[in-house]
Amino acid sequence: MLFCYVALLPIVALFFYVRIIPIGFSFLLSFYKWNLISPRRPFVGWDNYLELLEDENFILALKNTTLYSFSTVLLATAIALPLAVFLSRKSRLSPFYQTIYFLPVITPMVPVAIAWKWIYDYNYGILNYGLSLVGLPSVAWLTDPSIALWALVIMGVWKVLGYNMVLFLVGIRNIPAEYLEAASIDGATDWQRFWRISFPLLRPILLYVIVTSTINAFNVFTQVYVMTLGSQSAPGQAVRMLVFDIYTNGFQFFRMGYASAEAVILTLIVLGLTVIQFSLARDDSAKGT
Amino acid sequence: MAHKRSVGRAIGLYACHAVLMLGALVMVMPMLWMVVTAFKSAAEIAIWPPVFLPKDWTVANFSGAFETAPFGRFFINSGFIALVSTASVMLTSLIAGTVFAKYRFPGRGFLFGLVLATAIVPFEAYMIPLYIQLVSLDWVNTYQGIILPYLFMAFGIFLMRQHVSSSIPTELMEAARVDGAGEWWILARVVAPLSGNALAAVGIFAFIQGWGIFIWPLLIANDQLLFNMELGLTQFQFAFSADIGKLMAGSVVSVVPMLIVFLLLRRRIIENMALTGLKG
Repeated sequence: MLFCYVALLPIVALFFYVRIIPIGFSFLLSFYKWNLISPRRPFVGWDNYLELLEDENFILALKNTTLYSFSTVLLATAIALPLAVFLSRKSRLSPFYQTIYFLPVITPMVPVAIAWKWIYDYNYGILNYGLSLVGLPSVAWLTDPSIALWALVIMGVWKVLGYNMVLFLVGIRNIPAEYLEAASIDGATDWQRFWRISFPLLRPILLYVIVTSTINAFNVFTQVYVMTLGSQSAPGQAVRMLVFDIYTNGFQFFRMGYASAEAVILTLIVLGLTVIQFSLARDDSAKGT
Repeated sequence: MAHKRSVGRAIGLYACHAVLMLGALVMVMPMLWMVVTAFKSAAEIAIWPPVFLPKDWTVANFSGAFETAPFGRFFINSGFIALVSTASVMLTSLIAGTVFAKYRFPGRGFLFGLVLATAIVPFEAYMIPLYIQLVSLDWVNTYQGIILPYLFMAFGIFLMRQHVSSSIPTELMEAARVDGAGEWWILARVVAPLSGNALAAVGIFAFIQGWGIFIWPLLIANDQLLFNMELGLTQFQFAFSADIGKLMAGSVVSVVPMLIVFLLLRRRIIENMALTGLKG
């Protein structure tokens, strides 16, 4: 037993120092007003939160992030599911497709965001070139605020598609073949087999994928920083997202308490999503037994 | 009738493959475009309409990028951060995973629950207090400050616990104990050798994560000599946004190590990713 404590002590100490304490500290800090340097750190109660409710940048960031997350997750799921269904059949090309579609998942975000920025370039981008080939006018993909969000969604879908695909593939492989065979014998069409047998059995994994990718999407930052914050092009307001707003308030305006209040809201959103997942998953297993 | 149906199926199958091929093209396009642009001359990059392959392949962008900014240093920093993080994550996951899986002690359930419960809290939500803590440690602008949050991984601990409790027989550890082996010896000579695959999985995730970290170095590293590739690239982009060729060359350099890791360990990465549902 002594061994347990000796072995765990350094790890648990580190774990507390870099995770537990900061998480707790962030709740605490959200009730203070502090600029990181000043010796004065007045307690302001709920003021930071009340101010957030009227902060246009924050409201916009919250709206943008929500819209971004739900659109990315919806599209990535809607494309990945049929993709996985098709790739689950025995085919020589299946490993090839899996590799290609999975590739973006493991590539680091900054270089691919730089590549996408170049693709979206107004003057020289191949996307606008493609549009010009079919006679459409050029689009200001990253500088027009109403479009830039969708440009980020497209890239977000591209990045996570392979991840969702792989998880769905596992789910499909775990469906007992006898179920599907029995249905075929009873004369079910492919369509019926999917909707009546595969889909209900895939529900838990579908739920998991949707919730985890929504959580990940809510933390979107790197590509926003790279693609919409140019030295010349964009004013940095083009697509305000939650983490970007936290970063700006915390590390450009040094409003540590205020930024912490935003971070607490992010934490609560994530917790809320997790609770939804757990309760839905419990419903499922309750129905199953 | 049956014949007609099978023809219909074949056409459907080809249509599916056509769609998948098109999709595959879209998936690799950004990376391909990045690579071919990196090998084009400045004049060719600015041609309209754009041409896909460079007429004269040139490495001037690569040498130019390395001359304009210390990309060599950035690259070494990325590698150093990723390797230290990987080694530490593997070690801490092995130790903590084994202890949580095979030993009974007061506080076990609570501690493991805490690890699991906080695993979903995104880093971005507590980076501000962490930054303040490191300011008071005077670790801003240091390697240890950059690496500290990546020395352990909650998912790694979870993964190792699953592996040890399901595939390492307790009797084996007991037998070693009867023979007079100490607990550290058992960990190193009984558990570790039987955990190669799980440890490799944890290591791969840690390496991919460690190579790609961005927001934390952005906060904690102001000294250019400490930048990793990711941070170096963004700062290069802000300084030389018009120099697309060099920017793409730098991006290629940042992607290549991950590409090599992926192509070598493709099967294992995809399978592990699937089994653990862990995001790299």
